[in-house]
Amino acid sequence: MWEAFKQWFHRWGSPKWFYERSLVWSFWLGWGAMILLPIGIVWGLAFAPQDYQQGNSFRIIYLHVPAAILAQSCYMIMAVAGFVSLVWRMKMADVVLKCAAPIGASFCFLALFTGAVWGKPTWGTWWEWDARLTAMLILLFLYFGVIALEAAIEDKITAGRAAAVLSLVGVVNIPIIKYSVEWWRTLHQPATFKLTEKPDMPVEMWAPLLVMVIGVYCFFGYSLFLRSRNEIIERERRTLWVRELLAKEGKV
Amino acid sequence: MNPKRKQRLIIVSFLVIGVSATVGLIMTALSNNVNHFYNPTEVVQGAAPIDKSIRVGGMVVDGSVNRDGKSLAVAFTVTDYNNNVNVKYTGILPDLFREGQGIVATGKLDAQGVFQAEEVLAKHDEKYMPPQVQRALDKAQDAAPAQTY
Repeated sequence: MWEAFKQWFHRWGSPKWFYERSLVWSFWLGWGAMILLPIGIVWGLAFAPQDYQQGNSFRIIYLHVPAAILAQSCYMIMAVAGFVSLVWRMKMADVVLKCAAPIGASFCFLALFTGAVWGKPTWGTWWEWDARLTAMLILLFLYFGVIALEAAIEDKITAGRAAAVLSLVGVVNIPIIKYSVEWWRTLHQPATFKLTEKPDMPVEMWAPLLVMVIGVYCFFGYSLFLRSRNEIIERERRTLWVRELLAKEGKV
Repeated sequence: MNPKRKQRLIIVSFLVIGVSATVGLIMTALSNNVNHFYNPTEVVQGAAPIDKSIRVGGMVVDGSVNRDGKSLAVAFTVTDYNNNVNVKYTGILPDLFREGQGIVATGKLDAQGVFQAEEVLAKHDEKYMPPQVQRALDKAQDAAPAQTY
């Protein structure tokens, strides 16, 4: 069992194996996103019932919550990749970390932006420096930090190591984001969805949200694999298997 | 696991634990400053400074909202179900401001203990419901006392 896990783990470390397999994965994830996201958007924005207090403006939840969940999951994936990169010096971990950062940053920005647009009609303000909003802004800056480190350091190994340390250190922010609404008094409301309790929302409202969350994860996986494949080709361009591959496709 | 990896594993683990502990301690030390607003109990007990710009948050007490017919002035009471604070405000209230709902007001506490608000924000809760469900709930609530007769 342990041996099988070790083998599986080390296979992931091979750029060639990853490149060969990821085409199929990205294909299915891309289709998943292409089907789920339009269904979720149309269902949520047009067919889900209004909220009894917020009316139609609550519908921004169908973008805001999936974006915020993804922004945090993406950072946790980067922290795990950073951990693997620092301990096992695995090339693929560096690739995944580098390729995930811009996607996570985009979703983090989307969550902050949709939150501000929702906050204006609901709270009466675009922005308040409460714990949840501030912690989420710090997450965006952490993403910018990782992207900047990757871009500023020319040597890929050094850049990967610096980004890995920042990802690992920054991961303490994730529980702070999650629990900020419980630990402190904030303007932001506590989570509607908890693992242990029934949500304070009827099924006709949360079903499209669930579709959106799964769709956004599919989209994330799709773009992560696509970006990683590009990065692998660039990093491994001098290896035999990449040269053979490119020769076969007539691109060199 | 080879010894070199083991060593790196230990170093990286210490890094993560160290950073978490540091941030945890800072957060505990700052916990009062991280709170976005004072609650009515703190105001009543004198924990909130007087004549300094602060925020006070709580639930608007049912039936406490008094609007001035000629101007935008409004007075209401906020509660945390233990203590109450009277708030005075002149201006436009957010759409979601209503009795029984949470608000966060920015302003100054005067010597009489009345909060002179400059800005009132609605604090939304985590409950979502279609309007039909709310109407049905209200109806059931209205009908309930009748059954006791």
